[in-house]
Amino acid sequence: MKSYPITIKPFGERAILVEWPNQVEESILADILDFMDAFKELGLPGWEMSVAYNSLTMVCNQEHLDFEAIKKLVLDCHSRQAATKTKRIQHLWQIPVCYDLEFGIDLEEASKTLNLSPDELIQEHTAHQYVVYGIGFLPGFMYLGGLPTGLEIPRRAEPRLQVAKGSVGLAGKQTGVYPQDSPGGWNIIGNCPVELFNPKAEEPCFVKVGDKIQFQKISRAEYDLHKIEGEVGIYKPEKTVLNA
Amino acid sequence: MTIQDLGRFGHRDIGVPISGAMDVDSVKKANLLLENDPNAAVLEITMQGPTLQFEEPTAICLSGAHISATLNNVPIENYQVVQISKGDILSYGRLENGFRGYLAIKDGFQTPKVLDSRSQFIPVTKKKHVKDGEEIPYTKTDSYAPIISEVKIEDHFLGEELEVFKGPEFSLLSDQQLAAIFSKPFTVSKENNRMAYQLKELIPGHGHSMLTSGTLPGTIQFTPAGRLIILMKDGQTTGGYPRILQLSEAAINTLAQKKLGDTLSFKLL
Repeated sequence: MKSYPITIKPFGERAILVEWPNQVEESILADILDFMDAFKELGLPGWEMSVAYNSLTMVCNQEHLDFEAIKKLVLDCHSRQAATKTKRIQHLWQIPVCYDLEFGIDLEEASKTLNLSPDELIQEHTAHQYVVYGIGFLPGFMYLGGLPTGLEIPRRAEPRLQVAKGSVGLAGKQTGVYPQDSPGGWNIIGNCPVELFNPKAEEPCFVKVGDKIQFQKISRAEYDLHKIEGEVGIYKPEKTVLNA
Repeated sequence: MTIQDLGRFGHRDIGVPISGAMDVDSVKKANLLLENDPNAAVLEITMQGPTLQFEEPTAICLSGAHISATLNNVPIENYQVVQISKGDILSYGRLENGFRGYLAIKDGFQTPKVLDSRSQFIPVTKKKHVKDGEEIPYTKTDSYAPIISEVKIEDHFLGEELEVFKGPEFSLLSDQQLAAIFSKPFTVSKENNRMAYQLKELIPGHGHSMLTSGTLPGTIQFTPAGRLIILMKDGQTTGGYPRILQLSEAAINTLAQKKLGDTLSFKLL
């Protein structure tokens, strides 16, 4: 396992920001996740942590945070994390998407801009595995990395006031799924019938940072079926273990 | 009007904001007078108050903004424990100061908890706010003898100065930008809500881009156009704009009581 240098900054009265080198790299993400496993193993109460690409925001809900003490603890924990016993499990998820034009309202225009046919765009979008580098912005929104350069397309000039829940979009180096109705400027190429955030579920967000996802083209009939299965709580997205 | 407690801690990793009362200081004081758990759920009443009828006896305590509250047409004060009988009617009038008033009740409102909190936030809770005609559950308390029945507390939110710490990207600021931030007051724009407060005045912009990273309530984001956006309790958990400053917790409570057109200034700690 590769270990990277980290920097630690205070972030208000109850949080710190831990930063890794300023790059989007799977090996950096692995170092962050290893650190989180090691920190959790310390069993300190009252911490919540969130990853985004090369940084980890650590928030404490205890009364006072002694920055110098926590900085020392974090550096110490990072230097000794190779000894962590916890072995996290990472999954590859197949996420179904219906690319019918009814949902993929920008599919034709995006294809033209990218000099592809709509079928070629779909094939390219579904051919790759995308790494989940963070979950944030909205509950259940995944920051995905690994989009092929052939699918990089600018954001729409004017954002839409409302993008439908489940919409799958492309923007810059990013692709992703809107977990709820939201304003947005991405180019919408399809819709995913799976709930990516369900506060009633035992695990409200089944995808974890460090997992990978691959989009899978489905028909309108399969879309409707998955939607119903989701509503009655029997839909299980297909997954495989990556690091067994 | 929303139900709020101290928020939803521990779900930031899946993008769920903390939520909870915007002005925690006011809520803690009201809950303390009622001898409640500090996390007991209250009503957060923004600018305009409702008319509420109590169906069971209890005790209440108001705090935060002063919205000319009356019980059965008799004025009641903030930080006063008020005994409530079945059928009593609480109503509100003109906003006198502040922006968010709180109604705390003995043992807290008993709406369902979702992800460890009663704070209303879509899509975690089904409802965004309390609607007209809705019943809000609470526990009946026949007689309550408070240890302290009333205190005079000076409002903590009347000042204009917000204390700030350096944010993670503070070092990106030029001398010109620093001068613009710390030499003049700012005005609260109409884009102000539980997610964020945007400030009206622009400062010289920038061309920095950064990888998306974590944000907190009180984080001041700096857009390329030179706009300052202060994230609040329902604010997004990550963002891509430089985080130049971070409000102290006391400053978050103060800002929560500011409204469109109010002025404020920053003091670096």
